[in-house]
Amino acid sequence: MHLILFIIFAALCLTGAVNLLFQKQPINSALSLIVVMTSLAVLYLLLGAEFLAAAQVIVYAGAIMVLFTFVVMLLNAGREERTLGSSAYRTVGFPAVVAILAVIATGFVKLQGFGDARMDDHITSTADLSAVLFTKLLLPFEVTSVLILVAILGSVALARKSDAEEREPK
Amino acid sequence: MHLVSHEVPLVWYLLLSAVLFCLGVVGFLIKRNLITVFMSIELMLNAVNLSFVTFAHQWHEVKGQIFVFFVMMVAAAEAAVGLAIIIAVFRARSTLAVDRIDLMKL
Amino acid sequence: MNDSLHLWLIPLLPFIGFLLNGLVGRRLPKSVVSAIALLAPFGSFLVVLLASRPASFPHVENYGTWITAGSFNVDLTLVLDQLSLIMLLVITGVGFLIHIYSVGYMHSDEGYWRYFAYLNLFLFFMTTLVLAGNALLMFVGWEGVGLASYLLIGFWFQRKSAADAGKKAFIVNRIGDFGFLIGLFLLIVNFGTLTFSDLAARLAANPTMTGGVLTAIALCLFIGATGKSAQLPLYVWLPDAMEGPTPVSALIHAATMVTAGVYMVARTHFIFDRSPLALSVVAIVGAATALFAATIGLVQNDIKRVLAYSTVSQLGYMFLGCGVAAYSAAIFHLMTHAFFKALLFLAAGSVIHAMGGEQDMRKMGGLRAKTPITFWTMTMAVLAISGFPFMSAFFSKDAILAAAFASGSLGKILWFVGLVTAALTAFYMFRLWYLTFFGETRSHDAHPHESPRSMLGPLVVLAVLSVGGGWIGAGRFGAFLSPTLGTRTEEMSGSLELVMMLLAVAAGACGWFIAHRMYYQRSAAAQLAAPAPAGHNLLVNKYYVDEFYNFAIIKPLIAVSKYVLEWIVDVAILGGLAWLLAGIASFSGAVLQRWQSGNIRSYAAWLALGAALLLYFVLAPHVFGAPSLHLGMAGH
Repeated sequence: MHLILFIIFAALCLTGAVNLLFQKQPINSALSLIVVMTSLAVLYLLLGAEFLAAAQVIVYAGAIMVLFTFVVMLLNAGREERTLGSSAYRTVGFPAVVAILAVIATGFVKLQGFGDARMDDHITSTADLSAVLFTKLLLPFEVTSVLILVAILGSVALARKSDAEEREPK
Repeated sequence: MHLVSHEVPLVWYLLLSAVLFCLGVVGFLIKRNLITVFMSIELMLNAVNLSFVTFAHQWHEVKGQIFVFFVMMVAAAEAAVGLAIIIAVFRARSTLAVDRIDLMKL
Repeated sequence: MNDSLHLWLIPLLPFIGFLLNGLVGRRLPKSVVSAIALLAPFGSFLVVLLASRPASFPHVENYGTWITAGSFNVDLTLVLDQLSLIMLLVITGVGFLIHIYSVGYMHSDEGYWRYFAYLNLFLFFMTTLVLAGNALLMFVGWEGVGLASYLLIGFWFQRKSAADAGKKAFIVNRIGDFGFLIGLFLLIVNFGTLTFSDLAARLAANPTMTGGVLTAIALCLFIGATGKSAQLPLYVWLPDAMEGPTPVSALIHAATMVTAGVYMVARTHFIFDRSPLALSVVAIVGAATALFAATIGLVQNDIKRVLAYSTVSQLGYMFLGCGVAAYSAAIFHLMTHAFFKALLFLAAGSVIHAMGGEQDMRKMGGLRAKTPITFWTMTMAVLAISGFPFMSAFFSKDAILAAAFASGSLGKILWFVGLVTAALTAFYMFRLWYLTFFGETRSHDAHPHESPRSMLGPLVVLAVLSVGGGWIGAGRFGAFLSPTLGTRTEEMSGSLELVMMLLAVAAGACGWFIAHRMYYQRSAAAQLAAPAPAGHNLLVNKYYVDEFYNFAIIKPLIAVSKYVLEWIVDVAILGGLAWLLAGIASFSGAVLQRWQSGNIRSYAAWLALGAALLLYFVLAPHVFGAPSLHLGMAGH
C-alpha cells in the first residue's frame, strides 16, 4: 500500500517537475508546479508529517502558487521568447548539475542505518510539533512573523506604481 | 531487492529529493522567463523540504519538521518580495526575458 | 714612514674642484670657477713638493681594506716613491700651467665651468693612477682618465666630429683595457695579489721564474698600454682626439694620460724584466710606431695633427726605451717630452687663437713678426724635440738610443730605426715651424694678434723647462730612479757614447736642412713630392689604417649588431616576448570578460558550477572514499 502510493505520487512529482521544464507558457509551468506541490504534500503525509502536509497545501499550493499565477496574469507573461544568450548554461551548467546529482545520489545510496517507511509508522501530531515550536523555538517563530511583516511592506513598496506614474493623465 | 508492498526504503525518498533538486537547477539554467526561473527556485526549496522530512522521520526528530515549517515561511516571504521585484523590473524594462535584463554587463 | 705625508690630498683636491665646479659651477661667475679650478692642481703640486723627501721613500699610506675575497686582498694604498714623485711633479706642475693657460684660451666658451670640472676630474684620476699601490687602484685611475679624455675630447659635443672622436677614443681605449684586465686576472690567478710591492717581492724570491705565464701577463698589460699610449695598432684615436680644445690636447694627449702606459710598464718592470720576449715585443712595437707615425706626420697639413702624430712617435721612443730595459731613460724622456710637447701644443693653441681658429698650416705664415712670444717659445720647443744639443730631449733621446744600441743585434736595428725617426722628427717639426711662422701671410681673413698673458705665461715657463729640463736629469736620472727601477747592467764606453750623440745630432740637422730647403727656400718642395705621388697619397691618408679598421672591424660589427642583435634578439626574441606577454594579458582579459557578461543565465551556470565544486570538496572524500556512510544524530 505504502509502496504503491509512493510510486504514484513520486511519479506525479517527477512528471510535474519535468513538465515545468518543458512548457513554454509560464502559466502551464505554474500549474505543473502546483501538481508537484500537492504530490509532495501527500508524500509528507506518507512520512508521517500531517501538519506539514496541510501547511504545504495551504501555504505553498494555496498561497504562493496563487501569487505566482496572479503575477503571470498581471504581467501577461506570454510565450517564452527565443533570445540570444550565452551558451554557458549548456557547457558549464549541465555538467555541474550532473556532478551535483552524482555526489548527492551516491552519498544517499551509501547511507547506512536507514530503514523503511511503513503505513503504521508513528505520525507526528500537531501537538508534538507545537510543543517544541512554542517552547524551545519560540524566538525564531516570533522573528518569522516579523520577517513576514517586512516582506509585506517590501513587496507593497516595490510593486506599487511610482508617484510619477500615478499622476499620468488617465 | 526483495520488495514488500508495505515498505518503502527511505533512501528512495532521498533520491527523489535529489532528483527534484537537480531538476530545479536545470530549470533555473534553461528557462528564459523570469517568473519561470523563480518557479524553479521554489522547486528546489521543496526538494530540500522533502529531504528534511525524510530525515525527521528516520530519526523521529520533530526539529526536522519544524525546520521545514520555517523554510516554508521564508519561501513565502521570499516569493512575495521576489514577485514584487519582478513586477518592478517588468515596469522598468517592459520585458520578462532573462537575457534582455543585462544592464550589469561591462 | 712615521708621519703621514697626507698623500690623499693629492687626488682629493682636484676631486673637490671637480665636484664644486661640476655641481654649482654653472651658476658661479667665471672668476670663482677659475679660482677653484686653479687652486686644485696648485694645492696638489704643493703637497707633492712638501712630500718630496726621497730619503724616506717608498712611502706607503694605507687607507683601509677595499676588497677581501677569500685570500685575495686589495687595499686602498697610495705609494710615493721616486718614480711616482717624478710623474706627480710633471702631472701637477705641467697640469697647473695648462690650467692657467686654459683660463685665457677658454675664456669665451659657454661651457667654461664644465671644462674645468672635467679637467680637475682628469687630474684626480691621473694622480690616483700614479699613486696607486696596487694594480686594481691603478686600473681605477686608468679607466677614469679614459673617461675624462672622452668627456674632454667631445667637449664641443654639438659638433659631430668631436662627439665621434670622443667615442672613438673611449672605445679603442676599452679594447686595450681588455688586455689590461686579462693581465690583472692572470696576476691574481698566479700570484694571488695585485699589490706591486708584494709582486716584486714574490718575483725576487723566485729568481728562476722566467717566461711562460710572465710573458703572457706582460704582453696583456702591454696591450693595455698600446691602447692608452696610442701605439700600433691602437693609436688611431689620438689624431682624432685633436677635436678637443688645444689645452686638453696638451695636457692629456701629450703630457700625462698617454704616458700612463709608459708609467705602467715602468711600474711593473719586474715582470717585464723576466720575459725577454715581452721586452722585445715592446721595443719593436715602440720603434715601429715611432717610425710609422713620423712618416704620417711628414705630410699632414693640420698643425694639431702633426703634433698628434709626433706624440705617437715620441711615445714609441719611450716604449723603445722600456723595451731595452732602460726604464729610467724612458721616464726621463717622458718628462722632457711633457715639457716640450705641452709647449708645442699650447703654442699651437696660441697660433690658432691668433689666426682666429684656423688650423691649416697652408693658410698660415708670417706669424713670426705678428706673434713674437709665441714664435720664440715654439722655436725652443721645436729645437728641443729635434734634439738640439744640450736641450732637454737631446739628453733623453740620446739615453734611449744609446741603450738600444747596447742591447744586442735587435737593439742595433732598433737604434737605426730610432735614428731615422729622429731625422724625420726634425724634418716635420721644422716644416711646421717654417710653414707657420715664415713667409708671407697666406690667409687674408685673419688678423693675427698676440695672445693674452694668461696664455703666454705658461708658454714661457715651459720654454725654460724645455731648454733646461734636461740638465735636471742628465746622468743623474738613472741613479735617482734606481731604487724603483733597478739599474742597467750594460754600459757603453765613453767614446761610443760620444759617437752616438753626434750621430743623433747629425740626424736632426739633416732633417732640418731638408725642411729648410723645401719650405724656407721653397726650391725643392714640389720636386720631392712629385716623383712619388702614390707614396705621398699613402702618407696623407695615414696609410688608410682608419679605412682598414672601418672595413675589417667596424662594418662587420655593425652588420652583426643590425642583423643578429637587432633583428634576431631585439625584434624577434624580445619583441616576441613582449608581444606574447601582451597577448596573454589581452587574451585572458577577453576570456575573463565573458564572466561579466551581465547575462543572468551565464551567472546561473557558474553558480551551479561553484556549488558543484563546493559539494565535491566537502562531500567527495566521504562519499566516494568510504564504502558506507554513517550519519547520526545525538541520542539516536
